[in-house]
Amino acid sequence: MKRLGFLIPLGAFLALAIVLAVGLNRDPREVPSPLIGKPAPSFSLTRLDDPQKSIALADLRGQVWMLNVWASWCVACRDEHPLLVAFSKKGLLPIYGLNYKDQRDDGSAWLMRMGNPYQASLFDNEGRVGIDFGVYGVPETFIIDKTGTIRMKHIGPLTPEVIATEIEPLLKKLNA
Amino acid sequence: MRRRSRLLVLLAALSLVASVFAKEAVPEASDPALEARMVRITSELRCLVCQNQTIADSHADLAVDLRRQVREQLTAGRSDAEIIDYMTARYGDFVLYRPPFKGTTLLLWLGPAAMLGGGLLVLAVVLRRRSRLSPDAFEADDDDLVSPSPARDVGHA
Repeated sequence: MKRLGFLIPLGAFLALAIVLAVGLNRDPREVPSPLIGKPAPSFSLTRLDDPQKSIALADLRGQVWMLNVWASWCVACRDEHPLLVAFSKKGLLPIYGLNYKDQRDDGSAWLMRMGNPYQASLFDNEGRVGIDFGVYGVPETFIIDKTGTIRMKHIGPLTPEVIATEIEPLLKKLNA
Repeated sequence: MRRRSRLLVLLAALSLVASVFAKEAVPEASDPALEARMVRITSELRCLVCQNQTIADSHADLAVDLRRQVREQLTAGRSDAEIIDYMTARYGDFVLYRPPFKGTTLLLWLGPAAMLGGGLLVLAVVLRRRSRLSPDAFEADDDDLVSPSPARDVGHA
């Protein structure tokens, strides 16, 4: 024991190095959302394509659905979009868009050009519903269950890995 | 002399730059007391878009929106604590520049003190162990090698 005492500082150093290495490899932009496991904030917004019709949270109860926050000014949304269009064709769950701090014409034109994976997009011109959902980096994606509880949040563009390893297993569980 | 006048010109130019930037900070609310409260609250909150700025400082779109939220809530008569709760409910404790003391932040608050305490403890143990060693356990100091000079009596110099 006495002879191995010199290893103690080495061990302490290794432990610290591991902690710091893990810290370095985490993305500081991915702030854990306090909203997971909480009821989705209620909202009532007009549809992007029709200012006369509105959609409220209560209208979407009873189904598992996805909320994807997007904007025509958002460059990362453009990267994400083809994947979202392809995912929507699988028909695993209804996808609603939250058109965040955008103009109606710009948003509609963008969907026309890029394809529309959404059942409908909610028009959040002032970003108030976005704030209620704790949105800070568009695109963001939420999965909301039948009881209206937020089950998952992804910040930044969706990737095939996120869909395969997080979203699809979660959907299996929620629909079981 | 020429150097000094050049310096003066440079300073004058720089002060012009400062006044140009200063224009951006026009208070948006008509009530200066409310604006001061808004700034005080948002100075405690981290802007999530540009993480090392406060919401009061940041020009990011989201920070502008959140300042508007705080302003509206103050006008509606909410207390500071209610507004802080509103923010943490949406963005988590991460938005607080002074996070609360609780289970998940224990290491954050106590870690530095624990490290310092541990270091002092190790130092104390090492020093005590050394003070118990006999003098020949150490290498001789340089000035011990020469024979000590005879002590001088100050009074008879």
